[in-house]
Amino acid sequence: MTAGAGPDLAAASGDAGMRGWSPQRVWSVAGAVVLVALVWGFYAWDGAQTTAVLGGTVRAATLLVLGAMCGMIGERSGIVNIGIEGQFLMSAFTAFTVASMSGSLFLGVVAGVSTGLAMGWMLAAMSVGLRTDQIIAGTVLNIAALGLTSFFYDRGRSLGQPKYQSIELGPLADLPVVGTALFNRPPLTYLALVLVVVLHVLLLRSVWGMRTTAIGEHPGAAATVGIDVIRLRYWNVTLAGGLAGLGGAYLALESVGTFTRAMSGGRGFLALAVMIFGRRTPLGAYAAALFFGFTTALQGQFQLNDTFDIPAQFVGMLPFVVTIIVVAAAGLFGRMRDPAALGQPYEVR
Amino acid sequence: MRALMRAAAVPLASVVLGLVLGAVLIAVQGHSVTSAYGALVLGGAGDADALLRTLQKATPLVFGGLAVAFAFKAGLFNIGGQGQLLVGAAFAAGVGFGLEGLPLVVHLPLALLVGGAAGAAWGAIAGVLKATSGAHEVIVTIMLNFVAGNLTDWLAANPWQDRSGSNIIARTPLVEPSAEIPTWGWLPAGFVLAVLAAFACWFVLERTTYGFEVRSVGANRHAARYAGISVGWIMASTMAVAGLLAGLGGAIESLGVDGRFEAGVNVGLGFEGITIALLARTNPIAVIPAGLLVGLMEAGAAKMQFESGVAPEIIDVIQALILLFVAAPLIVRWLLRLRDRPDAPDRRLTLGAGWGR
Repeated sequence: MTAGAGPDLAAASGDAGMRGWSPQRVWSVAGAVVLVALVWGFYAWDGAQTTAVLGGTVRAATLLVLGAMCGMIGERSGIVNIGIEGQFLMSAFTAFTVASMSGSLFLGVVAGVSTGLAMGWMLAAMSVGLRTDQIIAGTVLNIAALGLTSFFYDRGRSLGQPKYQSIELGPLADLPVVGTALFNRPPLTYLALVLVVVLHVLLLRSVWGMRTTAIGEHPGAAATVGIDVIRLRYWNVTLAGGLAGLGGAYLALESVGTFTRAMSGGRGFLALAVMIFGRRTPLGAYAAALFFGFTTALQGQFQLNDTFDIPAQFVGMLPFVVTIIVVAAAGLFGRMRDPAALGQPYEVR
Repeated sequence: MRALMRAAAVPLASVVLGLVLGAVLIAVQGHSVTSAYGALVLGGAGDADALLRTLQKATPLVFGGLAVAFAFKAGLFNIGGQGQLLVGAAFAAGVGFGLEGLPLVVHLPLALLVGGAAGAAWGAIAGVLKATSGAHEVIVTIMLNFVAGNLTDWLAANPWQDRSGSNIIARTPLVEPSAEIPTWGWLPAGFVLAVLAAFACWFVLERTTYGFEVRSVGANRHAARYAGISVGWIMASTMAVAGLLAGLGGAIESLGVDGRFEAGVNVGLGFEGITIALLARTNPIAVIPAGLLVGLMEAGAAKMQFESGVAPEIIDVIQALILLFVAAPLIVRWLLRLRDRPDAPDRRLTLGAGWGR
């Protein structure tokens, strides 16, 4: 998986694939090879712990990549979405509550996705329709989600049924190293993986993807060739919210199995860093999500065994410090360019 | 006066709308709106004790609001008030209990200064990164909030933990009496500092060359650079000032209200600064009434729950609604216009307002 994601990361940066091996591509592949070798080495050294860490990596990465995909559809359309954290939290809440009341996990997922869509529509209404500052519109979502879920939070409520359980994908699950981590997972994880691939193709190859890029880069030019900028932005930001909604449902019904106050715990913001790191492509974001998920999984593993005497709080800082470094390094060294019209409201004249 | 009315129309209408929708929520839950809001006001301003509570709650809110408003003038969105406040609170408490035998005139200012400096350093990280690498301050400050939460937890649970008796809570010992901020009757001295800080911010922003440069960068970064202003320095220093303000708010919380730093106690305080700054339309003086309003709601929430059974989290919902209306003034304008459409003066009253400039 990691090996496959490397070249895509480079390919996504432009037409590098056409001209053969750019330095970027060489670095990506070299990095992936080293990573695979390292993982294999650790697996040979301590199989059980490596499997645990890899499983934790995939588990954390699923939520992050769903949030990152929500963010990248918005940003490619020219809309910054820092409300992913609130979308996660709100959807986790409704998914949990509906699943608990109806006794059906599936209905819970439907409720979570619907909530994500509704929150996405709210963001679109504020930032596209009312032309509110996009950062502030996202902050409104975050604060509103925290307030509403705290207010309606019912401490006594439980899911009343087991959370989503793992499904073994036949012989694939018996593969060494990645077998358990990738092919013995609960259903929403598989769904997320499928969505990553589908969205990657759609964003980079379909008419919709091209139009989305157009309204994020130069909405004026897009409008002159007949694209309804406002309408497409509305649709994209709303539908993207559904992905974050799925993330919320995943968090409550598959990853944790309950709802607790502020349970999104900053991962909506980490998803933004994942999106930047993955250059706003789904496969790139998944590679980045695996990396971030790895830091989270390591943190969990460090706390479980006493091999390393590092205070829990410092291990807990790891994903956040890494994010700061990534974001700063992206600005210092990267040729990562934001969509040209990112953050600017579009007005029909 | 007219100008003041015009500027205050959208925030006031937002507050009213937020309270009305909050009332609907309370009624839907089957509680009495009048008894709930009545208890809220009595609990926040009913007697000297209530007033003291409100002013104590308002103090970090005013500082948090200033921390957002000041950075906003330079076009920076500081969501890091939470982290800046936490390090300020922890380090002020550290100085407050760690140094003994100092006179009050030395110890208290020193503790405040260290708290403020810790906040300033925390804010400056985001400012410097923004200036040097273009890293978006929103992402960096949010990440720094989590880092600060972990760091201060560790400080309170390990090196600075209160080891007296059987204490197992992650908190520092009580600060020395010489580092305590006094309270005069119903007036906490910390609130006086908050008011002074608000006026100082106004003075710096509106009456000094530095403030002019800050506002220039906020209005148009490129034009400011062309005019010879060092944009990087302004961004870095503005974030440091914002951090200083939030850090002072945290320091006063430790030295004047809690008497110590305890992990997890101040969580959420920093985020309310955003609501308050936007409610005040990023005007430093207007931050004072905005902070008082939210402080009153928080001070009265306990009494409201006690007397009418409404969960105190309703305050968070009302705040979020107010923020929504302030941030999207078009909603409010549309609602107001709907009510008295043909009145030209009324329309002008609301149309003149666009937030933040």
